[in-house]
Amino acid sequence: MSINILMPALSPTMTEGKLAKWHVKVGDAVKSGQVICEIETDKATMEVEAVDEGKVGQIVVPEGAEGVKVNAVIAILLEEGETEVKAPAPGQAAAAPTPAPKPAPAPMPAAGPTPVARSTDRPATSGGQRIFVSPLAKRIAAEKGVDLSAIKGSGPNGRIVKADVEGAKPGAAPAPAAAPKATPRPSAPAQPIFTAPGDKRIPHTAVRKVIARRMLESKQTVPHFYLTVELEIEALLAARQAINDMARKMGAKVSVNDMVIKACAKALRDHPECNASWAEDEMIQYGAVDISVAVATDRGLITPIVRNADMKGVAQISIEMKDLASRAKEGKLKLEEFQGGGFTISNLGMFGVKEFAAIINPPQAMILAVGAGEQRPVVRNGQMVVRNMMNVTLAVDHRVVDGAMGAQFLQTLKAYIEQPAAMLV
Amino acid sequence: MAETSFDIIVVGGGPGGYVAAIRAAQLGMKTAVVEREHMGGICLNWGCIPTKALLRTSEVFGLIKHAESFGLSVKDVSYDPKKIVERSRKVANQLSNGVKGLMRKNKITVFDGTARLVGAGKLAVAMNDRSNATLTYKNVILATGARARNLPGLEADGKLVWTYKEAMVPPEFPKSLLVIGSGAIGIEFASFYRTMGAEVTVAEVVDRILPVEDEEVSVFAKRAFEKQGMKILTGVTVSNLKKGANNVTATITAGGKSQEITVDRVISAVGIVGNVENLGLEGTKVKVEKTHIVIDQWGFTGEPNVYAIGDVAGPPWLAHKAMHEGVLVVEKIAGVKGVHPMNTANIPGCTYCQPQVASIGLTEAAAKAKGLQIKVGKFPFIGNGKAIALGEPEGFIKTIFDAKTGELLGAHMIGAEVTELIQGYSIAKTLETTEAELMATVFPHPTLSEMMHESVLAAYGRTLHI
Repeated sequence: MSINILMPALSPTMTEGKLAKWHVKVGDAVKSGQVICEIETDKATMEVEAVDEGKVGQIVVPEGAEGVKVNAVIAILLEEGETEVKAPAPGQAAAAPTPAPKPAPAPMPAAGPTPVARSTDRPATSGGQRIFVSPLAKRIAAEKGVDLSAIKGSGPNGRIVKADVEGAKPGAAPAPAAAPKATPRPSAPAQPIFTAPGDKRIPHTAVRKVIARRMLESKQTVPHFYLTVELEIEALLAARQAINDMARKMGAKVSVNDMVIKACAKALRDHPECNASWAEDEMIQYGAVDISVAVATDRGLITPIVRNADMKGVAQISIEMKDLASRAKEGKLKLEEFQGGGFTISNLGMFGVKEFAAIINPPQAMILAVGAGEQRPVVRNGQMVVRNMMNVTLAVDHRVVDGAMGAQFLQTLKAYIEQPAAMLV
Repeated sequence: MAETSFDIIVVGGGPGGYVAAIRAAQLGMKTAVVEREHMGGICLNWGCIPTKALLRTSEVFGLIKHAESFGLSVKDVSYDPKKIVERSRKVANQLSNGVKGLMRKNKITVFDGTARLVGAGKLAVAMNDRSNATLTYKNVILATGARARNLPGLEADGKLVWTYKEAMVPPEFPKSLLVIGSGAIGIEFASFYRTMGAEVTVAEVVDRILPVEDEEVSVFAKRAFEKQGMKILTGVTVSNLKKGANNVTATITAGGKSQEITVDRVISAVGIVGNVENLGLEGTKVKVEKTHIVIDQWGFTGEPNVYAIGDVAGPPWLAHKAMHEGVLVVEKIAGVKGVHPMNTANIPGCTYCQPQVASIGLTEAAAKAKGLQIKVGKFPFIGNGKAIALGEPEGFIKTIFDAKTGELLGAHMIGAEVTELIQGYSIAKTLETTEAELMATVFPHPTLSEMMHESVLAAYGRTLHI
C-alpha cells in the first residue's frame, strides 16, 4: 500500500500553508525522521519530517504552491516492493473544505512516568497535531491547568519549555472557536493590480495576514446589523473630573474610554444574552465579562482584554488599560492577554470621527464603535441648548442577538453613560 | 600584503576564541584570530589539558602503589619528574598544533600578536615579529581570558611561590608544598603532588574546601584527602611568606592564633583576574567591573560591534562555557534563527582531583535558600557493582529535585570517573526532563552510570541497591 503524505498543521490555528521547498524528489528513498519538505505559514517556516519509510512515488503538490490546505495529500510514498503509485492520488483540489483542525489537547498524565513515545507511534496526522513540549513544561502546565495548545514555545524549533508555561495563566486557551465555517480563502482580487515604477510591494506581516483573514471572515460570515445612539456625556465628564481628583492618588488618570469600558461591562452583566458567541450546535454564554479594547500599533490592530471589567473600579481599569496598551505597542502582550474576550470597544473619537460602523471580532457577538465627544445643539424642554454629546454604534451578530435585544442593551448602556452614578448601584 | 579586512576578528585564541572563529567561518564569514602567545590559550597550553596529563600520571602511579590489591606484584616503582612534565608538554603541543590545523582547515587567518581597539571598526596589532598591522572588522569578539590573581603579600615569584604555570613544569618535585586556595586549580595540584609523594598542606580562607560545590561534597572530599595524608586547613588566612634559600615559611592564622609552617614550595591559587588591560577599552562604551568585561546575554558589550566571551567576560570561568558563548555570540551576529542565550544553571563543572568531583545546577543549600521544596537522593559508590570491581568504592552521587514539579535542580558527584558521568545530567537538564524520564531511562549494567539512576530513585524513596 502506498502511503499518502498529508499537509501537516504546524500550529493550532493553521488552516493552510505554502509548500516552500521539497527536499526529496521522485525515486528518493526516505527514512523515518528525514526532512522531506519545508512548509511556510503566516507564522514561521518549518521542516516536515517523514513519519514512514519508503520511496517517493509521486509529488502531488509542487514546490512553491501556496494555500495548500491542511490534510491535503502533498506526496505519495511507496512501500517496499511497490514500483508505482496504484491509486490515483486525490488531487489537491479534492481536499475540499477541511474543517479547521482542533487543537489537540496534549496528553497530561497527572503523575508517574510519562509513556515514552515509540518510534512506531505515528503522530496524529488528521484532527490533531503533535505539541513539542519538555516533560517539565508539560508537568507544570498540567498542574497549573494551562492549555499547551495555546502556548507558543520559545525552545529549539518552537519547543515549549518551562519558561513558557511559568508565565501562562490557567485556562489560557483561545476563546471557544466559532463554528467551523467553510471559510472562503481571501482570493486574489478579480482585477489584476497594475504596478508602475515607484510603486512598492510590501510583503504581508503575520499580523497583517491575521487581521485580513479574521476581518474578511467576519464580514463574509457574520450577519451584521448596526444600531446608533447619541449619548449626552455631561454627567460622565463631571463624574470623570471628580473621580480623577481622587484617582490621582492611585496614580491613575481615568479617560472617557475607561468609563465606556466600565459602562459596557455593567450593561453586559445586565444582558448576559449579549455576552455570548455563536457555535455550531449551541450558544455559548460567557460567565465573565471580559472586554477587548482595540489598540492601534505600528504592526497593526490588536485587542488586549480587560478581564472582569464589571467588577473593577474605573481607576483600576484605567491602570490596566494603560499597561496593556503600552505593552501592545511594544509587541509584548502575552497570548492570553489578547485572545478571548466577549465584547470589543473600538474608539476613533480622538481622531474627530463622529460615528462609524466597526467589524465584529469573531467569535464575539458585538462591537461598540465610539465616536468623538463634542458640543452640539440639542433640544431640552423645548429649548435649544449646548451639550457635550457622543455617538456610539453597536455592530451586532444577528445569529446571537436580535434587533430588540441589541436595542435594549444600548438603552442600558445609555443609562449608565448618562447617569454614571447608576454604575455604583 | 596579507588580508586586513574581516567580518569577524576574534582577539584571543583560547577555547572560546578559536571555537568562535570556527563557527564564524562555518557561517561563511571572513574570520581572523589574533593570539599573542599560543593557539589554544591557557586551557590547552597551561590549564585544562596539560594538568589532565599530569593527573593521569598520578592516577596510574596511585594505582601502581595499590597494585597488590589487584593481585599484582610491582617492585622498585619510581618516577622521573622530567619525563612526567615532558609528556604533559607533548600532549599540550599536540593539541595546540591541532588547533592551528583547524584554523587552516577553516581558512581562518591567524595573527601572532597583541590587538588593541583603535576607533570604530579598527584594531591595531603589535605583531610578535615587531611589525605593526591595522585590521578592520565588522564585528570583534574579545576573548582574552584571565590570569592568576596575585594577592598582596602572596605574590608568586615563579621560583619558590608558584602559580599554576610554574606548578605545571617543575624542574623537580617539591618534598613539601603549601597550596593556598582550594578551588579547582588548587585542589588539582594538591592532589597531584600528594599522590606523587609530597607532604601537602591546603589552606582555604572559607570554612570548607571546594567552596562552590555542595557542602556534602566538600566534607567528603576533605575526608578523602586527609585519608591520603593531605593536611587541610579551612577558615585560615596565609600571610607573610618568608623566603629562604630553597624554602618558604608561611604564617597561617586561624581564629586569632598563628602558626608558621615551612615548605619547599607554595602554590598560589587564589582566583583569577580578567585580561582587560591594553585592549584599548578606554573611551569606548565597554564597561569593566571587577576586572571583567560587562556583557548582556548575547555577549554584547554596549560598544557597537564589540562583543566579549569567556573568562574575560565573567564567571563561571570554564572553557566549555567560553566555547558555548563563542558559538552563540557568532550565531547571534550572523542572524541565525533560534539562537538561545546560555542558561548558566545548565553548565557543569568538573574537578579532576582523586577522587574526582563534578556538579551541575543548584546545591542543596542554594535550592533551600531559594525557598524551594526539594527532594534529595543520594547513592554511594559502595552500592555499585562496577565501582567495587574497579576498586573505587568511595564516593556518591547526589541529586536534587523540585518536589512540586520534578525538575532536576542540581546534581553533585564525587568519586571515580564522575567527570565523565555529569554530562548525562547536563542533557537531562537541558531537555528539562523530570524524575519520571530519568527513572524510565535504561542505564547499562555494569557501569558507574547506574548510580545516576539510583540517585534519582533514591530521591523518591525507590532506590534498589542499597
